[in-house]
Amino acid sequence: MSEKYSVEFRNLVKVFGDSVILDNLNFGIHRGKITTILGFSGAGKTTLMKHILGLVMPTEGEVIVLDQVINHLGELELREFRRNFGMVFQYAALFDFLTSYENVAFPLREFTKMNEDEIREKVMGLLESVGISPQAAKRLPSELSGGMRKRVGLARGLALDPHIMLYDEPTSGLDPITTHTVYDLMRDTHRRNEHRGFTSIIISHDIHATLKYSDYIVFMEKGKVVEHLDVETFKKSENPVIRRFLEL
Amino acid sequence: MSIKEIAESRVIDLGDSVLRQLKGLGDFTNFTLKTIFWTFKPPFRLKLLFEQMYFMGNKSVFIIFLTSIFTGAVFAFQIYLGFKAINADSFIGPIVTIALAKELAPVLSGLVVAGRCGAAMAAQIGSMKVTEQIDALEVMGINSYQYLAVPRILGAMLSMPLLSGIFLLIGYWGSWLIGVKVIQIDEMMYTQKIGEFMNLGMVAEGIIKATVFGYLIGIIGTYQGFNVTGGAEGVGKGTNMAVVWGMITVLVVDFFLTSFLAKIL
Repeated sequence: MSEKYSVEFRNLVKVFGDSVILDNLNFGIHRGKITTILGFSGAGKTTLMKHILGLVMPTEGEVIVLDQVINHLGELELREFRRNFGMVFQYAALFDFLTSYENVAFPLREFTKMNEDEIREKVMGLLESVGISPQAAKRLPSELSGGMRKRVGLARGLALDPHIMLYDEPTSGLDPITTHTVYDLMRDTHRRNEHRGFTSIIISHDIHATLKYSDYIVFMEKGKVVEHLDVETFKKSENPVIRRFLEL
Repeated sequence: MSIKEIAESRVIDLGDSVLRQLKGLGDFTNFTLKTIFWTFKPPFRLKLLFEQMYFMGNKSVFIIFLTSIFTGAVFAFQIYLGFKAINADSFIGPIVTIALAKELAPVLSGLVVAGRCGAAMAAQIGSMKVTEQIDALEVMGINSYQYLAVPRILGAMLSMPLLSGIFLLIGYWGSWLIGVKVIQIDEMMYTQKIGEFMNLGMVAEGIIKATVFGYLIGIIGTYQGFNVTGGAEGVGKGTNMAVVWGMITVLVVDFFLTSFLAKIL
């Protein structure tokens, strides 16, 4: 397995109709680090994330995840491979017909042979680690606040001990305090799993939180990577587009 | 705008409309093939299937009960009004029962289920689509067609013959109440005549129709759910389309199925 990168893009091009969404991307996402993909709306961030998950296939080029060229995998292999990922969606995407507990137990029931006692132990441990009480575990997603839903989403994403955790605009719609609580939680989760090469990829346009919590930043504009730098170098970038973003 | 430009614009609109319809047909065919493929791929989700059967079957029983008892009663009464003039009112029993078995039970059950369950399928799946719950399933490596569409389609296919059977029995009971208790036709004659005119082929025709209608309601309801776009408005539109297309399809397919089954049964 590549020691340096968890995810690599080689000559990645994605075209929808007449629009070039991703324009010849060549870069890697560092293994064991928190990388934020930053950019204005329409920069191609979400399409890039869908390529990592194999939900969208490249028009040209390769996407290599954990040493597998995922655009060469068949449908069933790809489904199997996706168990390497955990994901927190923009609005958590919890299953609304299941309680918080059942949401977190869902992947364990689907993909492991754990018995109900083992599942209970694991689920309650995960929910505790993200600050969800046993009482809140019994509630449906509609009975939880936005911040709590994100926490349960994080616990569900971690249930299968993924190698790569993806966060799609994890704090959108949250107040500033809850935003930082969620980022703290993401960083703590990362640090707890860092020893096994756990990689966190965040899609965001929240520049201030990004600078505080990320190790690396990939800045995209109009389907191209403008900069890919560690956070300290990024802060000093003289690129006018980035300066404009930093000064927001 | 000149006449030539207006004509050109109309031709372009027509072409766009045809292309949209063809794309829709292609998408629907693609969806149908995927659901068929995933029906036969493990894991087989029997728990979800039974949940869907419970939802469609058990929760539709009351409305089926009401629809069928009044359909049977009204139909018996109308036939009596027409047939008493030619002294053929003893034929009420077989006529009502044959009509129920071959047509009324599967078609009216189909319309009830399309309105109640087809709409629910589209609304449930549609709201999961707009809140990214379907993406969450896919990211976990779970096929959303297999998890959401297949149990609903099979559930509708298996529930519909049962509901149609209940419709037949309750509808018969409604006609019996009118025929025997109200109009005072001799009970022996009423039931004996049914035995003379009914055969198993007629019952089989109803079961086949109900199963086909169940499949169509299931595939249309789930397809509309998976194709929801936008937010709450999209869910409402998808739900409405599921009901409208479900009902139209039941009525149209019934005509062709009747012609086909008449040749083989």
